[in-house]
Amino acid sequence: MADANAKSVLTAPIFKNNPIALQILGICSALAVTTSMSVSLVMSLAVIFVCAFSNLFVSLIRHHIPSSIRIIVQMTIIASLVIVVDQILKAYAYEMSKQLSVFVGLIITNCIVMGRAEGFAMTNTPSMSFLDGIGNGLGYGVVLMIVGFFRELLGSGSVFGLTILPTVQNGGWYVPNGMMLLPPSAFFIIGLLIWVIRSTHPEQVEDNEFKMKHNTKPKEAV
Amino acid sequence: MAQGNNSIKKILIVAFSLCIVCSVIVSTAAVALRPAQQLNQELDRKTNILRVANLYERGMDVEAAFREVTPRVVNLETGEYSDQHDPETFDGFEARRDPASSRTLSGERDPAGLSRVENYATVYLVGDPDNPEQIILPIRGQGLWGLMRGFLSVEGDGNTIVGITYFEHSETPGLGAEVNNPRWQAQWEGKQVFDDEGALIPAIRVAKGSGSGDHEVDGLSGATLTANGVNNMLQFWLSPEGFGEYLAKFRSSVDQEDAQDADVELEAEGA
Repeated sequence: MADANAKSVLTAPIFKNNPIALQILGICSALAVTTSMSVSLVMSLAVIFVCAFSNLFVSLIRHHIPSSIRIIVQMTIIASLVIVVDQILKAYAYEMSKQLSVFVGLIITNCIVMGRAEGFAMTNTPSMSFLDGIGNGLGYGVVLMIVGFFRELLGSGSVFGLTILPTVQNGGWYVPNGMMLLPPSAFFIIGLLIWVIRSTHPEQVEDNEFKMKHNTKPKEAV
Repeated sequence: MAQGNNSIKKILIVAFSLCIVCSVIVSTAAVALRPAQQLNQELDRKTNILRVANLYERGMDVEAAFREVTPRVVNLETGEYSDQHDPETFDGFEARRDPASSRTLSGERDPAGLSRVENYATVYLVGDPDNPEQIILPIRGQGLWGLMRGFLSVEGDGNTIVGITYFEHSETPGLGAEVNNPRWQAQWEGKQVFDDEGALIPAIRVAKGSGSGDHEVDGLSGATLTANGVNNMLQFWLSPEGFGEYLAKFRSSVDQEDAQDADVELEAEGA
C-alpha cells in the first residue's frame, strides 16, 4: 500500500468504517466499561495501544507465521500486550485499574484487536498496520466516549466526575436515570448511534436480506 | 514460502521463539512494576483505613496521616495483643489458609460463610495506642456474589461505631455495591454495637426496610442478600468468635475510666 493511503487507513475506521458501529465488533466491553467517561477513556487508550502494537508486531513477523498456527500466534502477541497494559495500569493508575477490573484482561478477547491482526496486519506493511491499529482503536474509543458521555450524564449527572446536573441525592433537582448505569442502556445508545451514522452515511445501510411481506391477515394463517 | 512456513520445523521454531520473547516481555513488565504496584496496594489499604475512621480527605497526604495510626496484632481467642507477629507485615487474611495459624468454622458458628478464620488479626488504633480514639477492625464475609472485605471502625469505648467501608467486593453495581455509598455509610456513625454492659452477642443489625434506634441500620433496597451478608459478618466479627473478647476489654476499661473521671462521685463512694 502506498503512503497516500496512510491518512485514510488512520481515519476511515473512526466514522466511515467504525468497528463498533459498522462491523458491530467489541460490543461486550462497550457495554461494560462505559458507566463513566474517565473509565471509558482509559479503556480506549488501552485498546488503542494494544491494537496498534499487536498489528505492528503481527505485521513484522507476518512472513514467518505458519498459517496453521497463525491465530494462536496472534493471540499470544495480543495477550502479552494486554498483560503489560494491565501491569502498567496497576502500577500507575491503581484506582482506574480497580474500576476496570477484569475488562482490561478481556481486551484479549476483543474481536476488534483480533480482527485487525488477522484481517489487516497479516497482509500489510508494519507502518500501515500500526496506523490501522491506531485508527481502529480510535474508532472504538470514539464510540466508547460518546456512550460513556450519555451514560454518565444521564445516569450520574456528571461528566468526567464533574457535576453537571446536580442529582436529587445530593440535594439538586436531577433525578438520575438508574437504567443508564446498567449495561442495557449502552445497547440503546449504540443502536441510536448506528442509526445516526447510517443516516448521514447512507452507503452503510445494508441491503435487505429478504423482503417484508404486507401483514398477513389472521384468516390466511388459519 | 507458505509451504516453507508450514513445515513442522518452522512451526516449532516460530512457536518456541515467540513464547520466549513474549514471556520475557511479560515477566520484565511484572517484575519491573511490582514495587510500584505494591506501593499502590499499600496506599489503597491505608486510604481505606483512614476513610473508615473519617480521617480521609481527597488529595491529603495519606502517609503522613497514617502516622497517627498504630497497627497491632490481636489474638482473637484471648483478646490480648500478641508480639508473635510483626504488625507491619502480618496479614491475617493470608494466615487463614495456614492450618497452624487458623481454625475451621462450620454450621452455626460460621454465619459469615468464612469456613476458615485466622487466630490472629491486625487491628489499627487511631491516636494513643494505649487509649485509642478509634479501633479499626478488619471484617469480611460472603455477600451475594462473593467475599466482601472491609473495615469497621469503633470508638475507644469498644461500642460506638464510627464507620464501615468495603475495599473489596463483587456486589451488583447500583444495588449491593451501594454498601460503599457514603450516604448509606453515614448512618452507621454513632450506632451502638452492644445493647448492654455485659452482653457478648452484638445487637447491631441491618434492618430490612428502615432501621430505627441505636442498634439498627437501614437495609439496602433491592440488595437484601448483600445486607444479610453485612449483617452476618458483623454478627461474627463482633461476637466472641471474632473481636468480641478484644472489644470487651475496652468496654470494661472505659467503665473504670468513667468512674475515675467522675472524681467527686468516686470520693463520695469511697467515703
